[in-house]
Amino acid sequence: MNHVTATHAWLRRNLFSDAFSGLTTLLLLAGAFCWLPGLIDWMLLQAVFEPDAAACHAVNHAGACWGVVADKYRFILFGRYPYAEQWRPLLATAMLLLVIATSGLRLMSRAPLLAAWALALPAFLILMGGGIVGLSPVGSDQWGGLPLTLLLATMGMLLALPLAILVALGRQSGLPLLRGLCMLYVELVRGVPLISVLFLASFLFPIILPQGFSIDVLLRVQAGIVLFAAAYLSETIRGGLQAVSGGQHDAAAALGLDRWQAMRWIILPQALRAVIPSIMNSAVSVFKDTSLVTVVSLYELTGSLALALAGDAEWRSFYLEGYLFIGLIYWIGCYAMSCFSRTLESGK
Amino acid sequence: MQGRRGRDLALQALLAAALLAALWWLLDVTAANMAERGIRSGFDFLKEPAGFAIGESLLPFDAADSTLWALAAGLANTLRVALPAIIISTLLGTLIGLGRLSPNLLLRGLCTAYVETLRNVPLLLQLLAWYFVVTDLLPLASEALQLAPHVFLSKSGLSVPWPAGGALFDLPLRGEMGIAGGAALTPEFLALLLGLSLYTAAYVAETVRAGIQSVPRGQSDAGRALGLTRVQLFRLVLLPQALRSIIPPLTNQQLSLTKNASLAVAIGYPDLVSVANTTLNQTGRAAECIALIMAVYLILSLLTAWLSAWLERRTGRWAQRS
Repeated sequence: MNHVTATHAWLRRNLFSDAFSGLTTLLLLAGAFCWLPGLIDWMLLQAVFEPDAAACHAVNHAGACWGVVADKYRFILFGRYPYAEQWRPLLATAMLLLVIATSGLRLMSRAPLLAAWALALPAFLILMGGGIVGLSPVGSDQWGGLPLTLLLATMGMLLALPLAILVALGRQSGLPLLRGLCMLYVELVRGVPLISVLFLASFLFPIILPQGFSIDVLLRVQAGIVLFAAAYLSETIRGGLQAVSGGQHDAAAALGLDRWQAMRWIILPQALRAVIPSIMNSAVSVFKDTSLVTVVSLYELTGSLALALAGDAEWRSFYLEGYLFIGLIYWIGCYAMSCFSRTLESGK
Repeated sequence: MQGRRGRDLALQALLAAALLAALWWLLDVTAANMAERGIRSGFDFLKEPAGFAIGESLLPFDAADSTLWALAAGLANTLRVALPAIIISTLLGTLIGLGRLSPNLLLRGLCTAYVETLRNVPLLLQLLAWYFVVTDLLPLASEALQLAPHVFLSKSGLSVPWPAGGALFDLPLRGEMGIAGGAALTPEFLALLLGLSLYTAAYVAETVRAGIQSVPRGQSDAGRALGLTRVQLFRLVLLPQALRSIIPPLTNQQLSLTKNASLAVAIGYPDLVSVANTTLNQTGRAAECIALIMAVYLILSLLTAWLSAWLERRTGRWAQRS
């Protein structure tokens, strides 16, 4: 009897607290009854899971054709990377994800973690590019899919962060010229869409660099992403610097630290810690923004899906299932990052 | 103190010299590169005929018109999709943000699910998916879905009644070959409008929720103690105070929306960036085209910043009055 009343109280509080709430509950339940069976039907019951194009066409969109993913997943995940060598991007991706997860979950103390990063990044590039230790060389124009997405996002954040700190400090500098330059850079970049920065990197960098000093498109686009992300990050960090109370500066000065020591040991650590959630938000944005490099012909996840399906008449009508598949990959990445940021916010 | 100032001046002079040297070197290299590859420079191409067609345009345009006019048509198209998307996303986002604060568990869960799904998937992917749904999964124009009287949806887009002067409306009707009459919204426009609105709504919702939660709890307690109803409490106490923390991020998000409209290039809607991209490919004037895109967006950003400041002043006064 007691927990019947408890259930009753819970229902009252959460679903029927007043007339409006009760009506909402009924409407939403009615909606669920109308739509959910159809959705489950499409996603599971009538869906085709085997990589069988004929079966998919026979169902005629009454059920999802997950067969397209079953058939094409290697192309979607690794792009045009040589088929026989695809264990390399797989290993590289797994290794990078492991290091990222280890950092996020704080499974290691600082020194071994830095060492892990210092090993993982070159190892990633060696695995992908080859050319040494008996690995056949694979040009960066053949890199694609998930490893490319991860590389662009990770390197984007890792390189943008120090640049952003410098720019944020520059905006607090006593030199008006330096302050102005930093402000100009930040406002200029934040005022324009990422696509225009990518166009700049892809079309203009080759013209403004000296002859014989050509850098490949992946590096140029990576530079574009770093410049773009750093402008936003520097505003975040500037906010953090302003949040550190003036007493901290005074205390550092009283201890006899000079300006740089105070910045390095007292102010910056506090400023960065204060804005970790915003930094994580930027990381989520950078991760999502990597999808734009498709526009300048780099085939990360979104681009490799298009490559996988566009030329294939058998599977071309099942893009939606493909989009849902890579959408899930992006979602998992972003959701993991925002969960991580929330645990930091709640001070755990 | 005197020494410090002298040093600062010297440092800045050094910085300026380094900057000028770098700039001069870059220009020199660029000029040499362009001469070698036979690339011409200058904005003279703006006056020449564009030589390409634009899929749809608010401004009257054909291939014989100047490139400048083509870019203007592109900008008009950007605004044509951005302005309705701003309105839709603000309204929808506000509702979802309020839904996330609802005492009703189901509504709260639904709104949270919406925000967490839409925010965590790249906009480009959402646009491509919407575009695919519209152009591939909807029925042919000859079998268009009728959503309401004289509103038809099909692979060829959405047809809606449109004012035709006076109190008359031009009504879309089923014809032999599909839908005729009314205003037809193309699949590209629809996908972009839908994608931008739904994606930005998730961000607006978070802003609205955070803004309302930023009002101290005591305010609602006090309001309830005064005997205000829930609607009164919201309108007279919570909203005026919340708006102050909502408006700056909200204008930022709507500015992002306008910048995100540049993703139109991926689904073939002729916005400013698409048109500039076509121009770039035809004339090879990369620097000029990119500079134009950036200049236009910078102006839009400045206008938005100015609008935001004006709105903040207005709501500040409103909050004081009520």
